[in-house]
Amino acid sequence: MADEPKEQQPSGVPAGDKPAGSAAPPSTPPAKAPAAAPPAAGPPKPAVPPPPKPPVQLQTPLNNELVGRIRAKFGTALVEAIEDRRQAIVIVECGRLGDVARYLRDEERFDLLSDLTAVDWPKREKRFDLVLNLYSFAKNERLRVKARAGDGEPVPSVAEVWPTANWLEREAFDMFGIIFAGHPNLTRILLPDQWQGYPLRKDYDIIEQDIGWVKENLGIESGQ
Amino acid sequence: MTSNTITGTGEKPQTLLGADELVLNMGPQHPSTHGVLRVKLKLDGERVIGSECMIGYLHRGVEKIAENRSYQQFAPYVDRMDYVAAVSNGLGYCEAIEKLLMVEAPPRARVIRTILTELQRIASHLLWLGTHALDIGALTPLFYCFREREEVLKIFEKYCGARLTTHAFRIGGLQYEAYDTLEKDVERFCKALEPRIKDYEDLLTQNRIWLGRTKGVGILSAKDAIALGATGPVLRASGVKWDIRKAMPYAAYDQYKFEIPVGTTGDTYDRYMVRMEEMRQSRLICLQAIENIPSGPIMAKVGKVLKPPPGEVYHAIEAPKGELGYYVVSDGTVQPYRVRIRPPSFVNLQSFDHMAKGHLVADVVAIIGTLDIVLGEVDR
Repeated sequence: MADEPKEQQPSGVPAGDKPAGSAAPPSTPPAKAPAAAPPAAGPPKPAVPPPPKPPVQLQTPLNNELVGRIRAKFGTALVEAIEDRRQAIVIVECGRLGDVARYLRDEERFDLLSDLTAVDWPKREKRFDLVLNLYSFAKNERLRVKARAGDGEPVPSVAEVWPTANWLEREAFDMFGIIFAGHPNLTRILLPDQWQGYPLRKDYDIIEQDIGWVKENLGIESGQ
Repeated sequence: MTSNTITGTGEKPQTLLGADELVLNMGPQHPSTHGVLRVKLKLDGERVIGSECMIGYLHRGVEKIAENRSYQQFAPYVDRMDYVAAVSNGLGYCEAIEKLLMVEAPPRARVIRTILTELQRIASHLLWLGTHALDIGALTPLFYCFREREEVLKIFEKYCGARLTTHAFRIGGLQYEAYDTLEKDVERFCKALEPRIKDYEDLLTQNRIWLGRTKGVGILSAKDAIALGATGPVLRASGVKWDIRKAMPYAAYDQYKFEIPVGTTGDTYDRYMVRMEEMRQSRLICLQAIENIPSGPIMAKVGKVLKPPPGEVYHAIEAPKGELGYYVVSDGTVQPYRVRIRPPSFVNLQSFDHMAKGHLVADVVAIIGTLDIVLGEVDR
């Protein structure tokens, strides 16, 4: 069984794939063959390994001391605390993000804002997830803070808490059109200032572009 | 200069300038900006009183492309961000997806990954040293640095056929076995490197011109560095002993002994010293790693079609430039729902304004060089 699809492949596939297989050291093919065999045993085409798929709940509620302290301090502003693949995530109310940020920096010593970004979920009522990845030198620990924001809803800027958020928030504004209230200079950073549209939104197609801008500034019909 | 505003570019007019002040536009086509960085400098005579970095000239929408490719298809794209350290980019991406899939690369793959990534760090630092020295007037190191970098690229070429954008690793491990003489090649390179690093130091470390151009230039205190999010050698030169390889080990770094060099004042000279020492430490890691490469498979059992269970993961590695993070969200399909790349160059470049204030125009060149930015990664 395991040999059959293997023999068929070389005859069907032109020389391009052959050397890669034959040049591989003798130790790898036996290791690979059993892995590829079980799915190939049924229908030959879909090589997806479907058999064992227990509904594993990867996102589990998180209840450690840090979460307890945040809950004690902010009460219902802490919407949810979960753990995903052993990474801590706290979801907070968008309006309180500034206070939470200040608290986390000053009291919990999350000095470094590693990253600030957003994720677009257009079907949700509040479509944006604002995602802050924090790091604490003192504890050697990471924490992800998320806040949900609707389209056009101003989000408190954390640029005063972590100055590094200045450019990161500008990028989130540039790519998603999220408005950061209190940001010192909320302008586009990677795209041209006059560009229309926010490319990382899910409803912005991959080949979409600001044709007006392209025509006017580059003197060509299309950038594609 | 007749007007203090840069006309014809559609920009907002500058704020009012004093009688002695002027705005100077540097780049995007300037040899010292290492690509297409444009800096608007506000000057008082020859002194910088403010600056603004205009970036995005190399923006290709890498994160958008990721959402329209499968997990494996996107892997070669990350090589095009920091294209002088493609192997490190690939390592970060592959490990992030492995975390998302909850698989681990086999020990043999992890050690080979570590060796190649450390070689890449040396190559990246060599390129930085050569161009940085060239920028501030020392022509000679460039030729030497490229000579050694060539040796690293030859090892990459022998390993996977590519020299620059290597796509050396795969999600789950490696595609290629180590070639027969890898250990020997790495050992020969590492043995030859030690005296070479001494040569560079002989040229620069005590050189009066070098000291004059780098000492006290672009000082970044530890407090400011952390606030501005600087990572990598820029942060360490300010005296913060933090290296992700030690703090949160990945690949096979927990098996090797190495030091984290730190600076004291956080000036351009300290960053130079930190990177020189890092090359020595990388060399030591390589020498330790080749002594005992475990045998066994080089690929974990991952399917041909990757469908990570829904969820998200943030994984960061210590790239040559600093913390390179991947935040990947999966919705259970074959394409990532979102890939966010936390680029060290982008964030480090933000410190530029702070560092350049009060210095001369000539020092701006030194400060851009010392930040070690790659515009492919800044703009993505």
